[in-house]
Amino acid sequence: MSEKVLMKGNEAIAEAAILAGYRHYFGYPITPQTEIAAYMAKRMPKIGGTFLQAESEVAAINMVYGVSATGKRVMTSSSSPGISLKGEGLSYLAGADLPALVVNVQRGGPGLGGIQPSQSDYFQATKGGAHGDFHMLVLAPASVQEMAELTVKGFALADKYRMTSMILADGTMGQMMEPVSLDFETEQAPEKPWAVTGTKLQRKHNIVNSLFLKPEELERTNFERYERYKYIEENEVMYEEYMMEDAEICIAAFGIAARVSKNAINEARAKGIKVGMIRPITLWPFPTKQFAKAAETVKQFISVELSMGQMIEDVRLAVNGKAPVTLCNRAGGMIPSPEQVLAAIEDAAKKGGN
Amino acid sequence: MIVFDKPHALSDAPLHYCPGCTHGIVHRLVAEVMDELGIEGRAIGIAPVGCSVMAYDYFNCDMIEAAHGRAPAVATGVKRSDPNNIVFTYQGDGDLASIGMAETVHSAARNENITVIFINNAIYGMTGGQMAPTSLPGQVTQTSPYGRDVSLCGYPIKVCEMLSQLDGPEYLERVAVNNVKNVKNAKKAIKKAFENQVNGKGFSLVEVISSCPTNWGMTPAKALAWIDEKMIPYYPLGVYKDRSANQ
Repeated sequence: MSEKVLMKGNEAIAEAAILAGYRHYFGYPITPQTEIAAYMAKRMPKIGGTFLQAESEVAAINMVYGVSATGKRVMTSSSSPGISLKGEGLSYLAGADLPALVVNVQRGGPGLGGIQPSQSDYFQATKGGAHGDFHMLVLAPASVQEMAELTVKGFALADKYRMTSMILADGTMGQMMEPVSLDFETEQAPEKPWAVTGTKLQRKHNIVNSLFLKPEELERTNFERYERYKYIEENEVMYEEYMMEDAEICIAAFGIAARVSKNAINEARAKGIKVGMIRPITLWPFPTKQFAKAAETVKQFISVELSMGQMIEDVRLAVNGKAPVTLCNRAGGMIPSPEQVLAAIEDAAKKGGN
Repeated sequence: MIVFDKPHALSDAPLHYCPGCTHGIVHRLVAEVMDELGIEGRAIGIAPVGCSVMAYDYFNCDMIEAAHGRAPAVATGVKRSDPNNIVFTYQGDGDLASIGMAETVHSAARNENITVIFINNAIYGMTGGQMAPTSLPGQVTQTSPYGRDVSLCGYPIKVCEMLSQLDGPEYLERVAVNNVKNVKNAKKAIKKAFENQVNGKGFSLVEVISSCPTNWGMTPAKALAWIDEKMIPYYPLGVYKDRSANQ
């Protein structure tokens, strides 16, 4: 077994990115993710990489766009208000089919909001997050180990599908310390014949572009992109099932909400309540089939979220009316307690979930 | 015998610019410089949003189309990815001096080793002639129909003068392309701006005072004369910063 080190979630992301071959990082300070930038500022100059503190989130994501256009792996990170600013760049990355890794260590909103953990950027992350038809691969870690692993995985997926992978973490995941093993397989970036690397006067020029003035042509790029998305939905869904074998109540939760829910599930099980959890690891593509399958036997679903109820919409779509789906939530930087989740489970059990 | 040929770095795509527009001249100058310095094969150009949005079709080097105003940030990424790349942005006044001002100022302050070709024609051309950050006081545009009222919309921005106050940039020069003499000077400045990058000297910006006959509502000849009469008195030509010359 490989050696484990004690790291903050944000630092684990930074170190994993370096291991995955990232040598270019652009960012702008914002709580609660600034440790990523600080880590990169220290490490990058020593390994021949680039750390640049951009003048804005907007500039940072466009620097990412530039490096990605040259075919190299590149990332940026921010927190909720900063991700909104990056929206423009995320849309252009999608339009130009450029791979990138973007980390969102979420905090409460809307507006300037607060600096405590939140999951209220779920809609923004999973439904596109900016203008135009597009998706990002959205990965939701629930431990420091997963912060590292999904960072590596995120790079590989971004390159494979020529799109943005977003790590959708939250302030807790970013700030908490856990033992982590950084001993994992990393894949080499694939060949990128589309990249702008200079023609060397040997080939026709490459153009990285998202402008298509002919609607037929623009439509074609959209249909092509959604063919790819369909393939991803079939092949890249990741989730964890916890005590689902005989579950009559199913909790849907990701990130820190799933950690809290596990405690509540263990307590409920001790009281004889048949409750389990489906924890989406990919929020897009969403484990729709898994929830639909669960709905064949589960009598009640509870979506546990650090928001006013966003993922619950995807759970409802998947469950498709076969069972009630209720919300157990806190918002604005507050985290549901295991007691609150347990109470929601007991309430569901009373209503006939068991 | 060929006495006048098209530069290799300029593609065969027909330019979409209006009759009398000076973008074509500046495109040609940039392409000539790429040929003369032998850098086309490692050049990467960044097109803006605006009239020259399709510049990516007109140059034979690798090209990127950037979001409005973000070309210097994209160029920063491209240059940092591989310093051997010769990276230039080609931007208009709305792109560079309005929506992209932060990217412009900070890439200059960092002395990012890139070349910026800045077309100042005092108007938003692509969207049909709205007031630009460089529109002159009193200038009539679609969004200043009674003339630019400086008490309401402020004064034009003199980009070279402003950037010259920074310690960062290597080279800032304003030129024009309204007559043969000015075109020749413009070529020299653009060449120097690329040579500086080849020699690792840093941020070099050439502001090119250009015409927009369509949106100025003038004949091409009258528009060129208007540059002499109105534009150059407000935007004096010359070198605003040249670090190597001072050494």
